[in-house]
Amino acid sequence: MNIISLSPADLSLAAMLLIALAALSVRMKLGLAWQIIIAGLRTTVQLSLIGFVLKVIFAHAHVGWITLIACMMLMVAGWEVMRRQKRRFRGWWGFGVGTISMSVSSFSITLIALTLIISVNPWYTPQYAIPLLGMLLGNTMTGIAIGLDRMTQAAWDQRNIIETRLMLGQDWNQAIRDIRTESIRSGLIPIINSMSVAGLVSLPGMMTGQILAGNPPAEAVKYQILIMFLIAGGTGFGTSIAIWLGARRLSDERQRLCLDRLKNTG
Amino acid sequence: MIGLKIENLGFRTAGPLSLSIPAGECVGVRGPSGSGKTLFLRAVADIDSHTGKVFLNGTESADLPAPEWRKQVGMLPAESAWWADTVGEHFSRSGGESPEPETDNWLKWLGFEAEVMDWEIARLSSGERQRLALVRLLANHPKALLLDEPTANLDAENITRMETLVKTYQRENKTPMIWVSHDTWQLDRVASRRLLLKDGGLTDE
Repeated sequence: MNIISLSPADLSLAAMLLIALAALSVRMKLGLAWQIIIAGLRTTVQLSLIGFVLKVIFAHAHVGWITLIACMMLMVAGWEVMRRQKRRFRGWWGFGVGTISMSVSSFSITLIALTLIISVNPWYTPQYAIPLLGMLLGNTMTGIAIGLDRMTQAAWDQRNIIETRLMLGQDWNQAIRDIRTESIRSGLIPIINSMSVAGLVSLPGMMTGQILAGNPPAEAVKYQILIMFLIAGGTGFGTSIAIWLGARRLSDERQRLCLDRLKNTG
Repeated sequence: MIGLKIENLGFRTAGPLSLSIPAGECVGVRGPSGSGKTLFLRAVADIDSHTGKVFLNGTESADLPAPEWRKQVGMLPAESAWWADTVGEHFSRSGGESPEPETDNWLKWLGFEAEVMDWEIARLSSGERQRLALVRLLANHPKALLLDEPTANLDAENITRMETLVKTYQRENKTPMIWVSHDTWQLDRVASRRLLLKDGGLTDE
């Protein structure tokens, strides 16, 4: 099957949808018009740039370049996680909690997939490594951002409960346990929902892309299943690590609740 | 020293404060709003960071794990929180043990029957929560008591019941105690000494 190439005019037609959405936002006073336009522009510019970068990297597969681009992707994802927190950690921790947990979960799971599951040779073949890492980072980022936001907000709102539990002699882990559990659950619910409806309600993006590019549906399905499992693992472990780190940061060596380590950006 | 000893305690709004409370003595503390009465109790319970030292029966707070220290210097905040669905879930200690007979006696003292353990937290009035919070605290068998406006939302009958229960516990266990209140009449009833926290310092009244 030949791929039907999309012209700039085709994409402009699709962009009309965003403009219509921005107009609706103005009319309904949602205050989102500029955010919609800027997000649309960012999508266009960022994807065009990455298309160009990938073209160059695919032509010169070198582990150094792949590592560099992977680190850049991680930094941006870490920044996004921080930006999405209404009450984020002050100082380096605001960036560090999300970035550390994403690097541990996404990098290790991508490595496992490349070396043990897909067994591509060399393991850093950019056609596999970069899209896999990108999908893992993108989804793990969402889970971690939701989980951390939930935890810091809940700790803020429920300070009375946490401190009453501490006053009664519970240790920090007991006092924060319910909030920690709830935060990890909320970070995981989107991927569990996606897995539950995959193929029934939604045809996931990667699979759709492969089919549109002319690959046999059976192959596309196998890759999609692999990706969903990797994302679930990455999101689950990444969110758990982030919540564990964040919960520790909310307390000091005498197991006090340290809300002064958060700053309100909302 | 047997009792509660506070040495050069400093925190956000006051200090350094020093105070010795022998076993079985209750010190009443009052002061204008914002003077730091609650912060004072929180610093003693090591819920907030502070400077200076606090000793209970000769042991410094820093020498005990924080949860153990807080269990020993039981603090009752002005508004205690509840997190589980029923009253009983807050009383069962490790592994869901049922409360001790002593707890049942305290509950009766404050006008509750044993089935209060099955009651839903959401249906309790603020006064019921306040009385139950005291029993929940005493069930930990604290060796000192830090009470922050413990009867603020109660009617006269329940104020008397709370005061009687606290004084009985204190007498039987020789518990040193700090009772914070705006009500000077109450402090005269329950405390042997009354202190004023004002302008960052504690003075005898």
